[in-house]
Amino acid sequence: MTAHDPSLARPNAPVTTYRYDAFDAAFVRERVAEFREQVRRRLEGKLTEDEFRPFRLMNGLYLQLHAYMLRVAIPYGTLTALQMRRLADIADKYDRGYGHFTTRQNLQYNWPKLVDTPDILEALAEVEMHAIQTSGNCIRNVTADHFSGVAPDEIEDPRPTAEFLRQWSSAHPEFSFLPRKFKIAVTGAAQDRAAIMVHDIGLAIVKNDAGEIGYKVVVGGGLGRSPFIGKVIRDFAPRADLLAYLEAIMRVYNRFGRRDNKYKARIKILVHEKGIDEVRAAVEAEFAAMDRSVFAYDPAEFDRIAAFFAPPPYETLPADSQKLRAARVEHPAFGNFVEVNVAPHKIPGYAVVTVSLKPIGGIPGDATSAQMRALAEASERFGFGELRVSHEQNIILPHVKQDDLFDLWKLLDAAGLATANAGLVSDIISCPGLDYCSLATARSIPIAQAISKRFSDLSRQRRIGKLGIKISGCINACGHHHVGAIGILGLEKKGQESYQITLGGDPTFSASIGEILGPGVTAEQAPDVIEHLVDFYLAERHEGETFIETWRRIGHARFKDVLRREGEDGADI
Amino acid sequence: MALISDGRFIDDVWRRLAEEEALPKSGKVIVSLARLDHAIEVHGPGVDLGVIAPNTTDPAALADALPKLGLVSIVFPAFADGRGFSLARLLRRAGFAGELRASGRLLADQYAHALGCGFDTVEIPDDIEARQDETQWRAARDAHARTYQRGYVAPGSILDARRKAAAQ
Repeated sequence: MTAHDPSLARPNAPVTTYRYDAFDAAFVRERVAEFREQVRRRLEGKLTEDEFRPFRLMNGLYLQLHAYMLRVAIPYGTLTALQMRRLADIADKYDRGYGHFTTRQNLQYNWPKLVDTPDILEALAEVEMHAIQTSGNCIRNVTADHFSGVAPDEIEDPRPTAEFLRQWSSAHPEFSFLPRKFKIAVTGAAQDRAAIMVHDIGLAIVKNDAGEIGYKVVVGGGLGRSPFIGKVIRDFAPRADLLAYLEAIMRVYNRFGRRDNKYKARIKILVHEKGIDEVRAAVEAEFAAMDRSVFAYDPAEFDRIAAFFAPPPYETLPADSQKLRAARVEHPAFGNFVEVNVAPHKIPGYAVVTVSLKPIGGIPGDATSAQMRALAEASERFGFGELRVSHEQNIILPHVKQDDLFDLWKLLDAAGLATANAGLVSDIISCPGLDYCSLATARSIPIAQAISKRFSDLSRQRRIGKLGIKISGCINACGHHHVGAIGILGLEKKGQESYQITLGGDPTFSASIGEILGPGVTAEQAPDVIEHLVDFYLAERHEGETFIETWRRIGHARFKDVLRREGEDGADI
Repeated sequence: MALISDGRFIDDVWRRLAEEEALPKSGKVIVSLARLDHAIEVHGPGVDLGVIAPNTTDPAALADALPKLGLVSIVFPAFADGRGFSLARLLRRAGFAGELRASGRLLADQYAHALGCGFDTVEIPDDIEARQDETQWRAARDAHARTYQRGYVAPGSILDARRKAAAQ
């Protein structure tokens, strides 16, 4: 790896992502130098482990069950081929040749050494990446819709807003020592793919009656041990007010958020205990008292940032590709891939491709360095050198010509990346669980693998249709089980791993928290139980109904009943 | 106790008055919040008053007193408790122009944050002083030469620099 070759840092970068200017580059280098100094002081004993912890966390470095874990930010999920290659190089040089893409559009390395971390951060800085605020009690890496800029249902690309927020939140003097972590997500489309209702702050780009763009601001959502759906604090915040309004929310939270109990220190608890009206009143009072001129919203600066996300040089193409049509008929496996993993694009003749990181029996979200390089190559050959990470732990190629889909598929297939299961029952979100995480109380990866294997027949999966299974290895809910159509929560009961199942969770605008099905089941029983539930749904569903729609129509009790009967028949659940 | 100002350890010209200690005739003295109203009422012309404010203090409760104070010392009970940063901002917004002091278990690594929120000085206990010398405080301050926020006390706002560059 030529980690310090400056010629790698620029030329191939596509025109559709934010580019650092000299200030951004210098800022990130300052943070790297600062962390290098902090590591030195820690190793010399000038900083105690307690004192060092928040600073290493603010640079993405955790101390996990077996080793350190470094969480790299992929702001709003967008990355370039160059950056993807650098992630692969780092995986080879400093880790064990793979990385794990997470539900918060980050990449985690599981085995870095503390002493190497400043060098890793430097290697990242060379390609305009960092690990700033991917952890710690600060404003975390801002996430956004992974179909930004290409979704047909989009009002506005949320990434310029997210980049604005990335800068505003970076090393914020006032909000770097909050009561707890703070997560912001932005969506700009009619359909929410960023799960904004379950974030500390969710922003939905909206247009008011006068045709002005602004933000619906949702506050106090979150999962973890007390899951809450966020509440609307403002129906419409004009763009000019956005940063000031967010500062007002943050200041109220910093002052009044609970600090006596870390599980109650999230803003969702403040909203729950005080009520949204009282929180809104406090925020509006603060907003009114602020000197908003200092924020001096600068449309030119917003436009400067937005220009980086301008559409790539698309060709004028027919809406339907004959080549694609022929290839689908000739190669059924490819046809299935197109049916399942390819989504419509706002530009005629193009498509959005989801590359599944969920091979049957694999570890959800893991990619080897060879696969990362294959993805980088795929994006360069077929997609203007741009990739996205989705909160479902998959990789998106956002600008593929329909004519190129077959060649892309062959490249992906050769790299073991052509599993046609995006959105299907084996496209499982899973946290790392007890295999890596120091918080986990149960394994989650083996459960995901077992369920994936149970449904290994992809044609059966297509018959079942869209169905999100989400698995967490502890109550902190990193696997988002609360908002899975089927959620699985691993717990430890009397020395045994036990899995609690929930149904009916939904992370979109129609957000809901899943309801508990009944007593927990063992790891061995989990695939059976999931299969029973799926079979019951297949028997009951109306034409075109998804799992959650059927569940909502016929009710939770019927699903419970079925399981009770299955239990009497000897399924022992 | 050590007091840091502008990246240097300096002597403290303020004296913290014990609860039972009577108000002196002259000098710079810091009193508790509980004693503040009384001290304002009775202090002689030779006395400069300062107050120790817990980080949960309501700025409105201090509003009347602020113009009469030469120092407010905001307590940081733990370095991870960032409430003092917001309180500092609110006191500056209320027009307080005297010395704003962060007092408690602050680390050098937070110096730039403290300065950014309007603090002038930082007062740390001996054990932190023993491990974090002047050099470290200066290095930590200088490590944040560039900031993305506006409206905070910062030497190098990136946003302002960009505007300036764009205007040229």
